[in-house]
Amino acid sequence: MGVFRMPSLGADMEAGKLVEWLKRAGDAIAAGDVIAVVETQKGAIEVEAFESGIVESHLVAVGQTVPVGTPLAMIRGEGTAAAPAAGPAAVPVPQIAPSPAAPPLSGAPQPPAFRASPAARRFAAEHAIELTGMRGSGPDGAIVFVDVEQALQGRRDAAPAAPPRPPPTAAGPPATGMAAMRQAIAAAMERSKREIPHYYVAHAADVTAAFDALAAFNATRAPRDRVLFGAALLGAVARALARFPEFNGFHRGGAFEPAPRIHVGMAIALRGGGLVAPAIHDADKLALPDLMRAMHDLADRVRAGRFRSSEIADPTITLTSLGERGVDAVLGVIYPPQVAIVGAGTPALRPWVVDGAVVARRLCRLTLAADHRVSDGHRGALFLAEVARLAENPELP
Amino acid sequence: MTRDEITAVLFEEIGNVAPEVDLRSVPDGADLRDALDIDSIGFLNLMIALDARLGIAVPEADYPRLRTIRGAVEYLCGRGTAA
Repeated sequence: MGVFRMPSLGADMEAGKLVEWLKRAGDAIAAGDVIAVVETQKGAIEVEAFESGIVESHLVAVGQTVPVGTPLAMIRGEGTAAAPAAGPAAVPVPQIAPSPAAPPLSGAPQPPAFRASPAARRFAAEHAIELTGMRGSGPDGAIVFVDVEQALQGRRDAAPAAPPRPPPTAAGPPATGMAAMRQAIAAAMERSKREIPHYYVAHAADVTAAFDALAAFNATRAPRDRVLFGAALLGAVARALARFPEFNGFHRGGAFEPAPRIHVGMAIALRGGGLVAPAIHDADKLALPDLMRAMHDLADRVRAGRFRSSEIADPTITLTSLGERGVDAVLGVIYPPQVAIVGAGTPALRPWVVDGAVVARRLCRLTLAADHRVSDGHRGALFLAEVARLAENPELP
Repeated sequence: MTRDEITAVLFEEIGNVAPEVDLRSVPDGADLRDALDIDSIGFLNLMIALDARLGIAVPEADYPRLRTIRGAVEYLCGRGTAA
C-alpha cells in the first residue's frame, strides 16, 4: 500500500489546492500517469504517480488546500489485497482553512507536515521556532539545523522593527494568480541571492553558420516541423554538461549532489508577467527536431496553464534565453537548489574579426552564472566555451 | 476565400496567440511582435495555424512581410486568392 502525497513542486511551495482528480478509486495507474491536478503559485500542475498500482481511495476532496506532504490518495500495489474499509478514515487530513484569520496549521490533531533532523527539532524547540510550513534545504526538503538557524536569524533581523512574524504564506490561504507567482519568484530569488555565491563568465558565440543551417533545414518544411534557434541553444547546454557534471545537479544540505540525468529548465515568460522554468527531460538524449517538439509542447502547455509535476520540480540546470526581441546579454540568477544558469542574449549582426578581416556576423552573447561553492571560474569558462561550440554547430538530420 | 474571410481567420488566430490583446487597439502598421509581445514560439504557432486554416505555409524567408497586420493581410490575400 502506497500513499500518494501532495508533492513539493519547488523549494518555495508550502501548500497546494486539489482542483481535479483524473483517476478514480479502482482505476489502474502506471508510474508517470497523471493522477490529479493541483493549483499552486505556479499555476495548475498535473501531478504524476511515482509507482504503479490501483487507486484505492481519495483522501482529499476537490477544492481542498492542503500542506505539502499531506496524503492525497491511497495506492494499492498490483497483486495486493484491498485494504480494510477503515483505511482512508484513519488518515486525518490537515486542511488550510479558507478564513484568512485562522492560523492554518494548528488546532486539530494531525501528523507533522514536515520532516526535520533531530538537531533541527531540538534547536527549534529551544528557541520556540515553528517548523510547520518551513521549507528545508536537506534531502527531500527535510528541515536541517542551518534552516532553523536562518529562521532564527530572520526573526532577529525583523525584531527591532516588528514583532516576530509568521512566514508570509502561512498567514492565510495561499495567494493565487499573479500575486502568488510574484511571491514564489521573490522567495526563490531572495534565497538564491542570500545563499548562493554566484560567479559569472561571458562569451560571444558566432552563430552565423547555425542560423544558415537552420534556415536551410526549415526552408523545405511545413511550419510545424521547423526548428528554432532556441532548440539548438538548449541542446548545446544539455550536451555540454556531459563533460561538466559539476554544473548539473543540486546543492543541498551543505553538499553538491550531481544529477544522474540532464533535465534542462527552460525559462518561459508568461503573457501578462511572471515566468516559470520547467524541465525538458533528458534533453541531452533528444535529436534537435525532437527537442524542438518537446520545447514547443512545453511552452504551449505552460501558457495554457497546464504542466506536469515532474517538469516543474526537477530541472537540474536552467537556460534563460531572451529570444529574438531582447538585448545583447542576460545574467541569470540561479534557481536554488540548482547550481548554474546559462543566459543567451538576442542574436544580432555585429562587426567581428574572421581571418583577419572585420565582417558582419550573427553573434549570440552567452553567459554563465554558477555556484562558487561547487565550481570555479576556470571550469565555468571551459563549460561555456563548450556550450558556444555546440550552439555554433547544431546537429541537424 | 475573400479578403474579409482571410482577415477574419488572421484576427482569430492572432487572438489565440495573444488572447488578452484587443486587436482593434493595434495600429495596422505596428510590428505584431512588439504590439502583442509575441515571441518566436508564439509567431511559429501563428504560422502553423495559418497553414492549417488557410493552407498557406509561409516560408521563413517571407516572415518579414507578415510583421504587421496590414502586411500580413496583403501577403495572405496575395497567396490565398492566387491559390
